[in-house]
Amino acid sequence: MANTYTLIQAQTLASSAASVTFSSIPATYTDLVLRVSARTDQASISDVSPFVTNVGGTAYSYTYLMGNGSTATSGTSGTRADFASYSVGNTATASTFSNVEIYIPSYTAAQNKPISVFAVNETNATTAGMRIYAELLSSTTAISSITLTGQSSSNYLTGSSFYLYGIKNS
Amino acid sequence: MTKAIEVNCTTGEVTERDLTAEEIAAGEAAQAQAEADRAAAEAEAASVAAAKAAGQAKLAALGLTAEEIAALSK
Repeated sequence: MANTYTLIQAQTLASSAASVTFSSIPATYTDLVLRVSARTDQASISDVSPFVTNVGGTAYSYTYLMGNGSTATSGTSGTRADFASYSVGNTATASTFSNVEIYIPSYTAAQNKPISVFAVNETNATTAGMRIYAELLSSTTAISSITLTGQSSSNYLTGSSFYLYGIKNS
Repeated sequence: MTKAIEVNCTTGEVTERDLTAEEIAAGEAAQAQAEADRAAAEAEAASVAAAKAAGQAKLAALGLTAEEIAALSK
């Protein structure tokens, strides 16, 4: 159980942006939690929005479980250059945003890092989306930077918010 | 020009800049890859659906009822 839950930095967009980066993340916490409420200009209800760390390369892979109101599917990725997250696309109900939590335990440890992503989309329709990712960063490098982008060159829209928290276990 | 925003977690400084030509090119490449991945996934799903329908037709030809065929896939 976390003893502390401290806001490191937050960013709410006043205008659209292709990417949001949290850099120079202090190494003084045990875990990181990134909470995202985002909407992109992707012409769809949802947008699988990737994110990367300072590690780079193709050290990323994941398993996912998803449902959209009518079907449920699961799958895995091979090694790739980014992780997956989730945003609301611009054909969803106006002024709706995603609700995403990205949990990164032991982000400074010299070991491979399992990362979980829980994400749901909001829209006033039968078909909405929820996704759960179990991701693995195959790198012993400490995470000091995280960059989130929209998929397919989409942009995060005004009002999207990004909150980075640090958790200590003592 | 599309913007990139960086929040320095140590200083709290927020910087906003235009994307570089390299970043724009990388985004376009990612878009092409994402569309290729989606097309491949749809093609695979269509192939699986066609194989399933063909299998069910063969089972029906062998005399299985629709209920029995459905039970096999549960």
